[in-house]
Amino acid sequence: MIFDGIDMDIQRGEVTAIMGPSGTGKTTLLRLIGGQIKPLTGSIKVDGIEVTSLSRSALFQLRKRMGMLFQNGALLTDMNVYDNIAFPIREHTQLSEKMIRTLVTMKLQVVGLRGARELMPNELSGGMARRVAMARAIALDPMMMMYDEPFTGQDPISMGVLVRLIRELNDTLGLTSIVVSHDIEEAASISDTIYLLSGGKVVAHGSSKALHESGSEWAKQFMNGLPDGPVPFHYPANDYAEDLLSAGVNK
Amino acid sequence: MPNFIQHLGQSGIFFFQRLGRAHILLGHILLGIPGMLMRLPLVIQQMYFVGVLSFLIILVSGFFVGMVLGLQGYNTLVDFGAEEMLGVMVSVSLVTELGPVVAALLFAGRAGSALTAEIGLMKATEQLSAMEMMAIDPIRRVLTPRFLAGFISMPLLAALFSAVGIMGGDFVGVGLLGVDEGSYWSQMQAKVDFYDDVMNGVIKSIVFGGVVTWIAVFEGYDAVPTSEGVSRATTRTVVHSSLAILGLDFILTAIMF
Repeated sequence: MIFDGIDMDIQRGEVTAIMGPSGTGKTTLLRLIGGQIKPLTGSIKVDGIEVTSLSRSALFQLRKRMGMLFQNGALLTDMNVYDNIAFPIREHTQLSEKMIRTLVTMKLQVVGLRGARELMPNELSGGMARRVAMARAIALDPMMMMYDEPFTGQDPISMGVLVRLIRELNDTLGLTSIVVSHDIEEAASISDTIYLLSGGKVVAHGSSKALHESGSEWAKQFMNGLPDGPVPFHYPANDYAEDLLSAGVNK
Repeated sequence: MPNFIQHLGQSGIFFFQRLGRAHILLGHILLGIPGMLMRLPLVIQQMYFVGVLSFLIILVSGFFVGMVLGLQGYNTLVDFGAEEMLGVMVSVSLVTELGPVVAALLFAGRAGSALTAEIGLMKATEQLSAMEMMAIDPIRRVLTPRFLAGFISMPLLAALFSAVGIMGGDFVGVGLLGVDEGSYWSQMQAKVDFYDDVMNGVIKSIVFGGVVTWIAVFEGYDAVPTSEGVSRATTRTVVHSSLAILGLDFILTAIMF
């Protein structure tokens, strides 16, 4: 079981961070919200629509109003930056190429990569690829954005750019953003609400300040990056001394 | 013994699960074909990748196979004083059997493996998931045009293979071994039947094209999204396609001839 009775309420217009140790199912949660996988039980509502019971076509209609940034950007590698951003517009609208060019230029300007429109994905740095993916995700002006580990593996400058972009896009475009991350400082700095997940449950939630001041052991360990605590340093194993003495007998 | 039976059972279940998934995928692909006819540039682009880029291997192989047929055929026919029939032997061998089969085997190795690797890597790098999240069906956008392209390209490649092979036979038989050129071509024209020989070969190549491309896109789409998973899927494409081609060749030959 990945999740056990979790109850989350993502507020419209806010940036909500979902944090927790690796392997707690943060990315799975985004896939559940996006309807890419279905839960065995429970309910997931987006803008009042029950995602779990939607038909494929209704789900696709809902997804047109969602944007998602994948961990590695997931840019289409056979298209350049311009065509990647134009891709969802071309697929879902009958707009003229002139209009598409204007829209793509605007999106590229927002992420600061107007000059990179001719580059291929393999010519982009990790940070640039994520910014292009961000521009593609907002190409259809969604109502919500989901970011899957947007800061992982970024240098400080790229990280700063992404942090600023997530907050600015949310506020200027009137989005609702969900940021899945385990980068405490960055996610905490831009989020209105943080949910801490561990062991398939929500172990704490609230504003960044509230979580820092929380008495919860989980919250303390995670927010302060402590190596041991409710999430143990050691993977469960048998007794250490017994393990050493049995060397040569068992593997 | 119980372990063996258990393993056999597991393999059987796994096989039928995959077979089921492959047929469901084929259904989705076929449902997407009418829509794809409105987006022919996508199909043409893929025809370039799976068809045009296979030209070299098909043409070179076809020419060599034709040359070997010319040489072997001449050595056999000359013992009976029937070397004028060389053109018939080369052309019938090529259009009914070697053209469709060898071209399909080469197609599976060149284009089929490339299709599997491409789709498998798109899955591993979350490009297919990204499309789904953009409300774009990856089966219709990625798989259907590739399937159509393979289905159309394969008979054309087989025809090219046979045509170049016949020229290879002419090069060896007429050019090097001294068979009369008029006999080579006129006997071929007289004895090769369009419906019984050429069309049967065309039907074979259409079937092979559909099956190879189906296996290739399925293996890519069903691949475990890791580098090892994609590598195994690519290998499976070549092995399964080759076996399917040879098995179907026997069945089609038994039915048609």
